[in-house]
Amino acid sequence: MSYVGIVLISHSSKVACGINDMIRQVIKDVPIETAGGTDENDIGTSIEKIRQAIKRANKGHGVLVFYDIGSAKMNAEMAIEMMETDDVTIVEAPLLEGAYTAAVESGMEKDMESVAAAVTKEFG
Amino acid sequence: MELTVQDAVAWIKKSNEKIQANKDYLTDLDQTIGDGDHGINMARGFHETAEKIAGQDYTSYADVLKDTAMTLMSKVGGASGPLFGTAFLKMSQALQGSDAVDHQTLTSGLEEAVNGIKQRGKATEGEKTLLDVWSRMADFFSHETDFAGEKVAEEAKSAMEQTKDMMATKGRAAYFKERSIGHIDPGSASSFYIFEALAEVIEGGT
Repeated sequence: MSYVGIVLISHSSKVACGINDMIRQVIKDVPIETAGGTDENDIGTSIEKIRQAIKRANKGHGVLVFYDIGSAKMNAEMAIEMMETDDVTIVEAPLLEGAYTAAVESGMEKDMESVAAAVTKEFG
Repeated sequence: MELTVQDAVAWIKKSNEKIQANKDYLTDLDQTIGDGDHGINMARGFHETAEKIAGQDYTSYADVLKDTAMTLMSKVGGASGPLFGTAFLKMSQALQGSDAVDHQTLTSGLEEAVNGIKQRGKATEGEKTLLDVWSRMADFFSHETDFAGEKVAEEAKSAMEQTKDMMATKGRAAYFKERSIGHIDPGSASSFYIFEALAEVIEGGT
């Protein structure tokens, strides 16, 4: 099986892990990776953590990135620019609800564009 | 007058000293209208940057700024990392190939930094962010014909103070809406120290 990957970026590693737990209760197979907190695990976001999470989540079918507030989006953009890849998309949706919807859609083996479109339709 | 590679090193060193000395003040500013980590983040990032630069033997002004940019991006954390990092990176790119930096070259570097901040932060002037200092400084430099140290510091201070009466519409302070009025923007205060450091380098103090 092959699925679109999902990355959860939050200022708090607990938030990212908590959302992962909630999704995992329902969706088992979709690659979901977290990038929560700074390199020192303080509150914040880290370009390096985001890069690593995207790499792990990408099983060849692209990755959708969800983020919370403040620096999260800016650091996500920088991480993606550095990776010079075009199969990673930042999705404008609430972190929890958006990622949850994306995980369900990805679990139906839809491609990256379709999953992103489904989330955007719901929340965009 | 031209700025040399040693001046670039001195600029970063002085910026670090000022940010370390005002770390608690910057954090206080951020506690009022933000998440209260600006001083800590900037102090950590600039400390790492100063360490990195002190251990290198540079041949160009641009390389000093490039290392500054890369270290700030990865070490500051928060939105300030990407924003200050981008400012220094764009400046570095604009200064590439210049051994010594004259007034016109630095001016174009600052203009590129402003474009970078706008693009990265999707920001415009008047939103109570560091852009309000950087943009006014680029403007100020473009109206001068040569380096004027004291005036650089005065202009930066006035630009920083102007953020006090603004209402934040970008960044974490925007959540505070009207309550953000009456407080200096922390990113603008950090930017003031960076320009004050530049002014001292121009004046020739080390």
